[in-house]
Amino acid sequence: MTAESVLKSPKNLKRRKIMNSVMISLCIAAGFITIVPLIYIFFYTTQSGISSLNLDFFTQLPKPVGEEGGGMANAIVGSLILITIGGIIGIPVGVLSGIYISEYSKNVLSTIVKFITDILSGVPSIIIGIFAYGVIVIPMQRFSALAGGFALGILMIPTVAKITEEMLRLVPQSLREASLALGVSRWKTTLRVVLTTASSGIVTGILLAIARAAGETAPLLFTSFGNVYWQTNIDEPMAALPLQIFTYAISPFDDWHRQAWAGAFVLIFLVFIVNLLVRFVTRNKFSGNL
Amino acid sequence: MTEETEEIEDKEEIEISEESDKESKIAIQTIDLSVYFDERKGIENINMKVRKNRVTAIIGPSGCGKSTFLRSLNLMHDMTPKARVFGEIFIHGENITNYNSVDMRKKVGMVFQKPNPFPTMSVYDNVIAGLKLNGMTKKSILDEIVEKNLKHSGLWEEVKDRLKSPAVSLSGGQQQRLCIARTISVNPEIILMDEPTSALDPISTSKIEELIFNLKSDYTIVIVTHNMQQAARVSDQTAFFYLGNLIEFSKTRRMFTNPKEKLTEEYVTGKFG
Ligand SMILES: Nc1ncnc2c1ncn2[C@@H]1O[C@H](COP(=O)(O)OP(=O)(O)OP(=O)(O)O)[C@@H](O)[C@H]1O
Ligand SMILES: [Mg+2]
Repeated sequence: MTAESVLKSPKNLKRRKIMNSVMISLCIAAGFITIVPLIYIFFYTTQSGISSLNLDFFTQLPKPVGEEGGGMANAIVGSLILITIGGIIGIPVGVLSGIYISEYSKNVLSTIVKFITDILSGVPSIIIGIFAYGVIVIPMQRFSALAGGFALGILMIPTVAKITEEMLRLVPQSLREASLALGVSRWKTTLRVVLTTASSGIVTGILLAIARAAGETAPLLFTSFGNVYWQTNIDEPMAALPLQIFTYAISPFDDWHRQAWAGAFVLIFLVFIVNLLVRFVTRNKFSGNL
Repeated sequence: MTEETEEIEDKEEIEISEESDKESKIAIQTIDLSVYFDERKGIENINMKVRKNRVTAIIGPSGCGKSTFLRSLNLMHDMTPKARVFGEIFIHGENITNYNSVDMRKKVGMVFQKPNPFPTMSVYDNVIAGLKLNGMTKKSILDEIVEKNLKHSGLWEEVKDRLKSPAVSLSGGQQQRLCIARTISVNPEIILMDEPTSALDPISTSKIEELIFNLKSDYTIVIVTHNMQQAARVSDQTAFFYLGNLIEFSKTRRMFTNPKEKLTEEYVTGKFG
């Protein structure tokens, strides 16, 4: 049978059409399986959380055991502070490591940095919490937001570094050459041409890292520790939403369960807002080229 | 070109070959320039003198080292880890090793084979990218430079109403002329062009050729081309490369009518390549 007759034979055509529909159905099914849990989580959290939300939740401190009401104001503020500390540590270190790995890849040291970030991304977050406990909590002799933020920062580094590296590698070599050929120095080329071209992808990576850090409970257990009182001093133990949700969810009280749902809803919403905000701030009418 | 000017040109060439050290007329000189990629030969022992305010064409079959030669003139091989460069290059009589590579590239601009405008910048910002990235921000001066260089590269009429739109929204030919405007806006003395028209249609090509002709009075141009007619049309001198070696280098007219080497003749008449 010649190639042509294979292509033209009606039997083959029919088989290919069937195969085609089967593959398309599988793709649609896979897409569905991905989306359903997400939508489910979103709706379930919203439904259970929103009904327990009230002004008190955002303005009040937690009430002692046995008393109804109260809120998570301190935990909301605490989470924002922890994420900020984490971001201050994690984003610059992550982006710079990514730049180093991608732009100076012929260097032995950069290979080592790449290897280490790869390993770091596989380290369970609770271990990173223990690390922060060892280097900050023990010397300071107390739990603190600083230690918690530090743990979150370390946690963000590999994600940010990896995405930065991948996005920079997508920038065509011809753009680096174009810039250098204009008499622009290497570091200015990296900063103003390569990084800018890749910025929308890198921002996405940073948001991913922030979102993940915001929801982490384990690394905060023995660093930030949690606090039922107001605390904005970063060298003191501080409340955080995931910690508070965890404590309330495993408690035997219905009111606390309701508040845990409300906390989960606020957490998701917070991540969402941060997302929108960062995208709005870093928007560029020319981006989206990558 | 009239008979008279041709005679003068011929005389000039004789002068130059006799007094080869007449430095004021030489823009680029290479001495035993070789480039290797790991162990593989890119170009070998190239000795060439490129004259000031002339267009020099580089021709030769694919893979013969034209781009490799061109890229060594503005130290672009620094970006390729496995490239090793030997020999000497003089730019306006000064050894290239005496320059800082960033300053040197301001004098020796380059236009690439594929148009490569900065995708995150507007048409306007692309033209002045070299100046802006080096810290020049005075708007009145920049406005003037943008207009001047876009006119110079023959793009002004087509883009003057869309200076703020993304550079990548232009057509391929417009993008290439934009890249030329970007290159000349940093005021180089020498412009290297690597097949600047290979991706363009005949109309854009002829616009760029016209532009090269106009630029000649202010700049020294070295242009790589696969198109023999183009070399004949735009250049004063032509260099023929083959397998990494410089086979022949002479006046374009002579190269295409009466070449010294048999290999050159076979190539320019289309027997191979
Ligand atoms: N980055 C590189 N790594 C390895 N080898 C290279 C590299 N650049 C060029 N070469 C080799 O050097 C030789 C010359 O290549 P060059 O790009 O200079 O050819 P060219 O004359 O410009 O060809 P073309 O007309 O196809 O553009 C080729 O054999 C090529 O394989
Ligand atoms: Mg080439």
